Amino acid sequence: MPRDLAHLSDEALVALVARSDETALAELYDRFGRVAYGLARRILRDDALAEDAVQEAFLAAWRSAPRFVPERAKASTWLLTLVHRRAVDLVRREERRRAESLGDEREEIAGATDEAVWLRYERERVQGALRKLPDQQREAIELAYYGGFTQSELADRLGQPVGTIKSRMFTGLSRLRDLLAEPELDERTWKPTPSTS
Amino acid sequence: METDTIHELTAAYALDALDEADEREYEDHLARCPRCREDLASLGEAAAALAYAPEAPPPPPALRGRILEQARSERPNVVPLRRRTMWVASAAAAAAACAALGLGLWAASLSRSLDRERARQASVSAILADPSSRRLALSSGHGSVVVGSSGRAVLIVSRLERLPNGKVYEAWVVQNGRPKRAGIFHSGQTTTLLSLPVPSGSQVLVTQERAPGVDQPHNKPLTGAQA
Repeated sequence: MPRDLAHLSDEALVALVARSDETALAELYDRFGRVAYGLARRILRDDALAEDAVQEAFLAAWRSAPRFVPERAKASTWLLTLVHRRAVDLVRREERRRAESLGDEREEIAGATDEAVWLRYERERVQGALRKLPDQQREAIELAYYGGFTQSELADRLGQPVGTIKSRMFTGLSRLRDLLAEPELDERTWKPTPSTS
Repeated sequence: METDTIHELTAAYALDALDEADEREYEDHLARCPRCREDLASLGEAAAALAYAPEAPPPPPALRGRILEQARSERPNVVPLRRRTMWVASAAAAAAACAALGLGLWAASLSRSLDRERARQASVSAILADPSSRRLALSSGHGSVVVGSSGRAVLIVSRLERLPNGKVYEAWVVQNGRPKRAGIFHSGQTTTLLSLPVPSGSQVLVTQERAPGVDQPHNKPLTGAQA
């Protein structure tokens, strides 16, 4: 029976998933499937592998939801962490040439639905924050997160001591956290489209 | 590692950028360090926000159905078949459980090394439970290689001699005469998920090596199987 779960928080949804509620899993997928796929595809650069990573991540969520502790992390962080781990494990296993170019492909998120508008807003917000990082910090973070490189691989690749890479990641990610916590990066604000009811 | 240095690993850990050995060391530290746990919560959130930056088309519509279908088939009381293969992963599960006790609640939901172990167990169970998997015998009665339909494979060894300290067993997948590393394992470990697929026509070999991470086998194969 379809039930309307739209009013539930992500955390409440995960609590239902923990009780093997399939409609809750479906709702979780509807909320995060697109972001998950975008992330996996960026890391793996292959549509089929990206699908595998997303599938494995949602099944990992299905199995481990009973162990999710809301006091430790937001549900979205937990889920996207699972997606990232699966994609990184796959890219390392496949020994794919990772992140040859980090140039973005432009694929507009079409549509004016609340979801599309919100995704576009969130994407621009994160991209904007990334752009404000010093180049070396951004490079370390992007190669690690989207390229799947470990800090020692990065040290080799960039010809720097591991300690330097470690500090770039730490300073960069701390700065990113602070930037994202700022109320607005610029004047843009996201407003939901007015309800027509 | 001194505390300040290991504290800085929080960012690399949040970005999934630690090698496995550092990861375990960091998680040991995390269990004892409230400051790192607090940092990890906020840095982990910043790292997860990075997921929103890439531009991508929506996933194919069929993916949703596949996920839900597999989830349904995995409900614990629906597929007793999985139980049959549980013993295989029991040693790893026991190790993971010990680590979880040490790490407390935090680990239960977010530990990278536990998550990695669980993912391995899930893959091993799936391959062993899949009726379309093929079983290849290892020479000299040393066990078998089970190859799943995707080509991913589980090596199950028996009756290999105990190794002196520091030495490891290494599995190789040989294609066109070229051996590639497919995973290391230790004495007493019976089940290993190979890190490379095993295509038909290839060979799986097991050698004894002085240390993990050698690029080519340095010793004569102890056993092997033809795919």
